[in-house]
Amino acid sequence: MSSTVNNLLSADALTRIERECAKYPVDQRQSAVMAALAIAQDELGWLAKDTIAAVAQILGMAPVAAYEVASFYNMYDLAPVGKFKITVCTNLPCALSGGVDAADYLKTKLGITFNETTADGKFTLKEGECLGACGDSPVMILNNKRMCSFMHPEQIDALLAECGHGKAGA
Amino acid sequence: MALISALNPLLTTGWSRGDDGWRLADYEARGGYVQLRRLLNDKVSQDDLIAEVKKSVLRGRGGAGFPTGLKWSFMPRAFPGDKYVVCNSDEGEPGTFKDRDLMRFDPHSVIEGMIIAGYAMGAGRGYNYIHGEIFDIYERFEEALDEARSAGLLGQKILGSEFSFELFAHHGYGAYICGEETGLLESLEGKKGQPRYKPPFPASYGLYGKPTTINNTETFAAIPFILAIGGEKFLGMGKPNNGGTKLFSVSGHVNRPGNYEIPLGTPFSTLLDMAGGMRGGRKLKAVIPGGSSAPVLPAEIMMNTTMDYDSIAKAGSMLGSGAVIVMDETVCMVKALERLSYFYFEESCGQCTPCREGTGWLYRVVHRIEHGEGRPEDLDQLNRVTDNIMGRTICALGDAASLPVRSFINHFKSEFEYHIENKKCLIDPAVQRAGSGFFKMESA
Ligand SMILES: Cc1cc2nc3c(=O)[nH]c(=O)nc-3n(C[C@H](O)[C@H](O)[C@H](O)COP(=O)(O)O)c2cc1C
Ligand code: SF4
Ligand code: FES
Repeated sequence: MSSTVNNLLSADALTRIERECAKYPVDQRQSAVMAALAIAQDELGWLAKDTIAAVAQILGMAPVAAYEVASFYNMYDLAPVGKFKITVCTNLPCALSGGVDAADYLKTKLGITFNETTADGKFTLKEGECLGACGDSPVMILNNKRMCSFMHPEQIDALLAECGHGKAGA
Repeated sequence: MALISALNPLLTTGWSRGDDGWRLADYEARGGYVQLRRLLNDKVSQDDLIAEVKKSVLRGRGGAGFPTGLKWSFMPRAFPGDKYVVCNSDEGEPGTFKDRDLMRFDPHSVIEGMIIAGYAMGAGRGYNYIHGEIFDIYERFEEALDEARSAGLLGQKILGSEFSFELFAHHGYGAYICGEETGLLESLEGKKGQPRYKPPFPASYGLYGKPTTINNTETFAAIPFILAIGGEKFLGMGKPNNGGTKLFSVSGHVNRPGNYEIPLGTPFSTLLDMAGGMRGGRKLKAVIPGGSSAPVLPAEIMMNTTMDYDSIAKAGSMLGSGAVIVMDETVCMVKALERLSYFYFEESCGQCTPCREGTGWLYRVVHRIEHGEGRPEDLDQLNRVTDNIMGRTICALGDAASLPVRSFINHFKSEFEYHIENKKCLIDPAVQRAGSGFFKMESA
């Protein structure tokens, strides 16, 4: 295929995307677009227009159709984010058990509010809707993939330390 | 991991070993895949199988409570060509976290339920659409699928029979609306998850335009257990028209939030006790008994209600997904509604004007009341906006956004009026903050 695709995504990512395509009927490769965009985002940190176009090309769909998908779903980042993106659930069931307090605590510690990134480019904070883990509140997800449960101040401090918060350099 | 317990364990029997009991060997050791083997060996007819499911009076666990056996009978079984079975694990209804634990602790019960559904409806392929936010669970489900494939439980000519069924996992990526079954199908086709007009219903025009049946994770997981004990016995565990046991996700101001399996018809007070009672011994104020889309009910009504579809409907709400959100006296009802209204505004897919515009209005008006800028006419206006939404939209999200507004105002009107008159909360903000227990860990 064209060089755009090869330049943007690694061979490993391309293999993984093909594995996703194999789940659907041969004439329905577009069904793999959500997984393919997630794979591309994991590799490149966020989804630039070119990345989305490359994914569309692999799946044989129009770039605009892939872009519509990328902008419809909340977990895709259409602009650069920090190395660590923390999404905190503040919906009502979580708020009753400290979800909003946890978000406030993070805002103070990181010196940013929702949808902002720290000056050193390390942390981005997002407000999440129900993560489907309300029994573990306060809950947050790290980089879309890791669910962190029962996040009281001590646990938040530990998570930030693990991500190198307060240390110079990346 | 959230706490778990059960009055009459059926679906949760395999959960006792936590993360150590989910593998195929564990599931088979507790009787897993016996029902599938029996159906295939004895060549049980599709009619008999569906009749057994009907007998159980299993009602869909995803929200609407539609009888599962009846839904299965709508599938054009004889239709030649592709047919699909789709599992809705896009659990995003605030307060609901049971499907996550089902797939975490007993993924093979969901897989077996889906294979049996495929057999019953003559479908050759299935997808499980899993909420994007629980990626670790998606990965576990994929592992469980690999186990089932290697054991010949999935694929061509299952266990040497004439029946073939393929099953795959698909993950979402953050859109509540994909929990709506036709939004889910659009999403599965690789598009924006915007719900379709119904009719046509998925049974005639579903995934890729083919006949499709969509059920909730818990609905599928119940199937092997129902076949093991028989439909009649399952029905008997609950009450007439409300068969069996059900998982309830209890969140909010209780000592032990978690998933609890109880027979339908169990008193709410028993469920509250199981969840360790009220946090800090405080007083129960209100409960949303079926996920954030269900009308809120005051404490007095809830304490006299049993947990089943018909009783909760009679009390003025809905059993919905079985998400029980418990609120004590530290909760400001205006603030609670403000957060829910924001959610529906944020998650409206924007296709229908009444929903897109209406959810924005609802949020803005509740927001201004909460922030001391409410006007005396605002409560009437909120009710008028809900009138303009309800019944005028493509999918039920419009109603889901309206019912909380109506019920909060209906049951807690004086609190809204206090806000408008005094430009502040009836409940002292310091009291509200203390309610969450964030800064001092409260354990059971
Ligand atoms: C806005 C909206 C969100 C929904 N979210 C879910 C969900 O997360 N999980 C689910 O099973 N059903 C959800 N439903 C209900 C589904 O449309 C559908 O009725 C259900 O999956 C059918 O399965 P059941 O018959 O086994 O309950 C939702 C409905 C609406 C209108
Ligand atoms: S009711 Fe709302 S969420 Fe549902 S289709 Fe219409 S705009 Fe979309
Ligand atoms: S409300 Fe926060 S995870 Fe459900």
